[in-house]
Amino acid sequence: MTGNSSAILVLKDVSKAFGGMPVLQHVDLEVPRGSIVSLLGASGSGKTTLLQIIAGLQEPDGGKLSIDGRDMQGVPAFARPVNMMFQSYALFPHLTVRGNVEYGLKARGVDRHERQRLVAWALQLARIEEFAGRRPDQLSGGQRQRVALARCLVMKPAILLLDEPMAALDRGLRAQVQRELISIQRAVGTTFIVVTHDQEEALAMSDHIAVMDRGQIVQFGEPRALYERPRSRFVASVLGNINLFDGSAEALGPCRALFRTSEGLEFVINHEVDLQLATIDAAGFRPERLVVSADPAGVANELPGTVEQVTYGGKLTRATIRIAGGRMLDATLVNVRGSTGACLTAGDAVHVGFPADAAVVLTE
Amino acid sequence: MNGAAQRPWQNVTLALGFAFLYLPIAWIVLYSFSGYATDGGGRFPSLHWYQALSVDDELLDAAYRSLRLALLSSPIAVVIGTLAGIALGRLERFPGRSVLLALLAVPIFAPEILLGFSFLMLFAGLGAVTGWQEGKGMPTLVIAHATLGAPIVASVVFARVLGRDRALEDAARDLGARPLRVFLTVTLPLAVPAILSGWLLAITLSFDDVVTSSFLAGPETTTLPMAIFSSLRVGVNPEINAIGTLMLIGVALVFTAAFAVVSLGKRAKTRPVG
Amino acid sequence: MTGSRLTAVDRATIAVPLAWMLALLAVPLVFVALLSVHGVADAIPPIAPLFGRTDGHWTLHATLRAFSLMAGDVLYRAAFVSALINAALTMIGCVAIGFPIALAIAQAPRSRRNGYLFLAVLPFWTSFLLRAYAWIGLIRDSGPINAALMSLGWIDHPVPMLFTPAAVWLVMVYSYLPFFVLPMYAVLEALPAELLAAAADLGARPAYAFRTVTLPLALPGLISGAVLVFIPAVGEYVIPELVGNSSTIMIGGILWDEFFQNRDWPLAAAIAMATFLLLIVPSFLLRRWIGPLGATQR
Repeated sequence: MTGNSSAILVLKDVSKAFGGMPVLQHVDLEVPRGSIVSLLGASGSGKTTLLQIIAGLQEPDGGKLSIDGRDMQGVPAFARPVNMMFQSYALFPHLTVRGNVEYGLKARGVDRHERQRLVAWALQLARIEEFAGRRPDQLSGGQRQRVALARCLVMKPAILLLDEPMAALDRGLRAQVQRELISIQRAVGTTFIVVTHDQEEALAMSDHIAVMDRGQIVQFGEPRALYERPRSRFVASVLGNINLFDGSAEALGPCRALFRTSEGLEFVINHEVDLQLATIDAAGFRPERLVVSADPAGVANELPGTVEQVTYGGKLTRATIRIAGGRMLDATLVNVRGSTGACLTAGDAVHVGFPADAAVVLTE
Repeated sequence: MNGAAQRPWQNVTLALGFAFLYLPIAWIVLYSFSGYATDGGGRFPSLHWYQALSVDDELLDAAYRSLRLALLSSPIAVVIGTLAGIALGRLERFPGRSVLLALLAVPIFAPEILLGFSFLMLFAGLGAVTGWQEGKGMPTLVIAHATLGAPIVASVVFARVLGRDRALEDAARDLGARPLRVFLTVTLPLAVPAILSGWLLAITLSFDDVVTSSFLAGPETTTLPMAIFSSLRVGVNPEINAIGTLMLIGVALVFTAAFAVVSLGKRAKTRPVG
Repeated sequence: MTGSRLTAVDRATIAVPLAWMLALLAVPLVFVALLSVHGVADAIPPIAPLFGRTDGHWTLHATLRAFSLMAGDVLYRAAFVSALINAALTMIGCVAIGFPIALAIAQAPRSRRNGYLFLAVLPFWTSFLLRAYAWIGLIRDSGPINAALMSLGWIDHPVPMLFTPAAVWLVMVYSYLPFFVLPMYAVLEALPAELLAAAADLGARPAYAFRTVTLPLALPGLISGAVLVFIPAVGEYVIPELVGNSSTIMIGGILWDEFFQNRDWPLAAAIAMATFLLLIVPSFLLRRWIGPLGATQR
């Protein structure tokens, strides 16, 4: 029994290698009960392998895995209280929607009345009652996803694993499906673990995010914490763009420091109270926090620059701005009528402000 | 699922299955080296039967004839079958498609004797009308074997062409290639593995044919299968083991050569340029 | 190419094989059909001409003699039934032995599959006559199987295995095995592995998953492969002739005798056509499963 009873899944020192190549290295993870956790990483980061190990479809080379306090060593997939929604949905083509949804119940020997009750509940939850009699090849991609979801939920698993759930969907559908998944999760209370490479999706859906890189979890925390206080360059750039500067800091006052970049620029920044200044080796500013204006705006840390390129994006404008020393900055501005963002063109001379409280500070 | 525990029943099945498949092969090879002794016992190993084979002109002539027949008829089968397979695989609809499919299916489904019979009728009729060959002999056998082999080639090529990437031909056309050039430089080369295996299958088929050969062979054109067949009705003849072993070695050599060519080709393609 | 104009190249790829097969297969088959209504004669060939001239008129000498002979004689019906039973048994044997082999290869680690497939197919690149001959050598009274059984003390004298219906069945199963194993393997290999992973994830033990997922999805391919064995097996001549006895006379043997020995060509033609037609009908019905050229329909 592990000490923390609010963790539904505990991974300790899990490792896996394929043909000598390490895919997972010393992975520790505690997933809080009833939450939505994302495993965020690029392909090759090991996230899908981790998911398969949790499901029991693969065995780790080393480490321990326990679900709800039970050690899962040697427990095969069909005996685990875990269900997986596959990226391709893996619906049984020879069964109807109803047949698919009740498959797991039948396999576990649930009696007919109970089965019918549970299947009706799951079909209603996923809003697929009207095509219960159809076969998978008669359904659209979104409908198939809901069948896959219902098929898992009907089993009332302790953990539901989702492998890149949005990958096969049209962009327009994604926001809506995200909302639906979240509301279903809140209604049912099952813990969701989602594998994704899409940082927007991870930020939008998760209670917690585990950022993975080359087989390891490099940071685990709530979305806001990861976005505003990343612990490494990697995490800082995975969760969104950032304008990063190497350099060092010296104290200016309580929670204030002067950050001198290796290019000779100087920024006044605010920082956390318990931060050791000597350990700071980089600081950055997110594109949306830069203040871009035609005339000096009196914001701290203002620098002159020239607009290199402007990309119109509907609600936002992305601009690349060159400042002294040849350095390029990414800035994101909201397109409100009359605002700077709406009027920017390449070649404009502008002033870029770096608000002191917007600094993202990185330590070694 | 990769790396899942090796289920013992699979290994047992494969072991038993392969044992069953190779038992006759093993017998052919081993028995070919059995010696000959007047007291009925054998002396092992011995090249006696290979020596006997080397002076058995009848059998050797038949073998040579069959080789010629296979090498003459299989290319024709390949041409016919490849064209048919490509047509069926590329074009979903064309006049005569169902007729072609039906005709290609006939040799698979019809009793061999019916086929042999039909060929005899055809060539006998031709012979009666034009005085050609009296409707028998090597040329008729070549044509008949080509007709029997074409469906096999067509089947293999069809399967391959069906699963091809259409974008390749579209790209060629987009770049300005005319239909003939597209056919020769894209369609055909992509089908080559299927064409080659179809060719080997056609050769095997030719070597296996007893019935049609019996209908069409003249007195001078006994083929190897016919010779073996009539010899078998008398009893076991270890010379046949010898020939069989030689054929096995031949097949193994062809396969090894093919495999070597294919893997050399692959290695050449993955060598860095320059 | 979806229904648009056919290029000249397309037309050539259609016309050449079509012309060849029409001339060399369709036309002679029609001849054989015609042959069945000819009368017999003591001539070379031993048939009476279809058309004759009497008093300056052309008359048709067609006769249904062959068909009434065929329908009337119990022997032909018995031979046909015997062929059907034998083909059915062969089909069952091929499925029973071939399916586990195909399954074992399909479930083997990916890197080994091609090797296993190659090994499984290699024996069949040798002549099928040779393999039939090998079985004769193996199961005859003085062959190694009997020798082994006797040396083990299980039997006192050789068990006659050759020239029995069992021998015919054994050699036919062996010879027709690749016709089943190859398409069956192709179907099994094409089953998405994810489906079995999903079944396990949902709580199905391996045996249950096999029964409820693998088998239903493999069934069409299984039937297709079985039919691909059954139909040619009905007309088989060589194997029953080599390893069978007088009780294993089947339609193939009858045809051979009528043609070569009795020299009753019209009768042979009639029987051959009847057999052919009787086989064509079920294969049209099974078109749902057997795609073009015997490939499995998806």
